[in-house]
Formats: sequence, C-alpha cells, structure tokens
Amino acid sequence: MSTHVTTAAAGSLWEGGRSPYLTNSKKFGMWLFIVSDALTFSALLFAYTYSRVSNPNWPTPFHFSPSIVFSSVMTFALLTSSLTMVMAVHSMNQGNRAAAGRWILATMAAGALFVGLHLTEWMNLIRHEHVTAFGNEWGVPLFGATFFAITGLHMTHVVIGLIYLGIICQAVMRGKFQAEDVEVAGLYWHFVDLVWMFVFPLVYLMSAKV
Amino acid sequence: MSTHVAEIQSHGPGVPTFAKVWVALLAMTAMEVFLAYMQTPMMIMLTVLLGLSVIKAALIIAYFMHLKFERLSLFLTLFPMLIFCIVLMLIFLGDAYRIPMMRPPV
Repeated sequence: MSTHVTTAAAGSLWEGGRSPYLTNSKKFGMWLFIVSDALTFSALLFAYTYSRVSNPNWPTPFHFSPSIVFSSVMTFALLTSSLTMVMAVHSMNQGNRAAAGRWILATMAAGALFVGLHLTEWMNLIRHEHVTAFGNEWGVPLFGATFFAITGLHMTHVVIGLIYLGIICQAVMRGKFQAEDVEVAGLYWHFVDLVWMFVFPLVYLMSAKV
Repeated sequence: MSTHVAEIQSHGPGVPTFAKVWVALLAMTAMEVFLAYMQTPMMIMLTVLLGLSVIKAALIIAYFMHLKFERLSLFLTLFPMLIFCIVLMLIFLGDAYRIPMMRPPV
C-alpha cells in the first residue's frame, strides 16, 4: 500500500516543485488580493443596502440630468478603459511594446476622465443637493456616509490604478518588465471596473429621480 | 512547465472576442439606464439590475481577466469561498427590515 501512496504522491501537482495553477506567482498574488478586496467592497455594499432598507425615507438625489447622465458616461469610460487594457496585454503578448505603451496610455486617459467626471458629480451633489458625509436635507445622514465611503474608496482604487499603470507604462516603453507584469496590472484595473458594475446600479440607478 | 504555461496563454481569446464582450457590456449598461429612466418598480428593477450586474461581472472575469482560459483549480480555489462569504452577509438583511418597525413613533 505504501508503494501505491508514494507513486500517487509523486504524480501529484500539489507535492511541491510544480505550479498547480499553471500560472506565475505575481498573477496568483494579485488574484488573492482581488478576492480580499472584493470582500471589502461587498461588505460596504451590504452596509449600504442595510442602511437603505432600514431607512424608508432614503433620499433619491440623483436627477437623470446631470447625475445619471454623468455616471453613465463614467461607466462608458471605465468599460472602454478595460477594453484598451486588454488590448495592451494582447499587444505585449505579441511582443509589440510600443503598441502596448499606447494602449496603457489610452487606459489611463479613460481612467482620468472617470476621476474627473466623478469629482464633478461629487461637487454637484455637495453644492446643489447639499449632501455631505455627515448630513443632508432628508435627515438621513447614513446616505452621505455610505455614498461617499463606497464611491470614495472606489475612486481611491482608480487613482492608485492610474499610478500603477503609469509606472508599468514607462517601464514597458523603456524595454523593462514582461508581458506578465502588464497582465497583472490589467487584472487590478479590470477589478476596479468590475466593482463599478455593482456600485453604478445599486448606488446611482436605484436612487435615480426622473 | 513554462512551455505549457506559454501554450495556455497563447490560447486566449482574440481582438474580435474582446470587442464583442465590450459591446455586450455597453448594451447591458444601456438597458440598466433605460430601466432607471422608466422608473421601473423597485423590486423588479433591483432583481434585473443585480442579474445584469452578475452577468457583466462574469463576462469581465471570464474574458477580460482571462479566468475562462486558466486552470479550473485556480477558479475553484478563489471563487466558491468568495461567493460563500458574500452570501453569508445576507444573514444580516432580515434585521434591516425589522429596524423601521422597532423605532418608537415620533
């Protein structure tokens, strides 16, 4: 029996010295980070939902124009930036560093557009709807607290992503870093996009006022 | 092993697939905005929006994040635990429904 066990273990992917996921450690590390960060955002979105359900007079301050129009354009910018990021990884896999650099720059431009529009939308909400993180005209301070916490954390992720992509981009253009490094940066960027796919409908569209 | 990794990576989707996924994501977003514009009843809208969001997330993870073309063991290591933990958070939602009824009348 012991012979059988030894043979089986020798053939196991999990014995050590082999990569059971057939992927590199940087990519696996990024996946683990993404899973932990997904739990953070899930907890925040649940806190938002909990607060909303427990407060029947939850505000609906997002006018279709400009708030929903702005946030829709932001969604378009983020989805497009994911496409350009995929193109950057694709170019890098084909060994075309110049094209990869240009696609990363395009991704950063779309990301910067997202941040710019988001800040404008925040200012609109603060100035015209008088919503802050501590209070609003509807008497539901939890709305501002959860809204600014979720969108603020997401925007922080986008800004960190822009810095991350900037570092990767200059390195790629100078002939440093490999395709896997661009792919790992891409995983982070797609995750930022992924989170917005839940924030946009749950926070904005569910509180739209036409 | 590294040769095999390279083979796996080269079997990823091409540019037309990425473009199709992008168009599908935009179309679903447009559908969500339309529902908000039409002021669809709350529960119908929440159900449809969450359904579309899950589909969009799955498309991004599968194609843009390349998980469809990775080993199944990577998916099984990462996602069942994540989904289980997220579903566990639903336990608290019952309390949220009770809170408005527990508040003393003003």
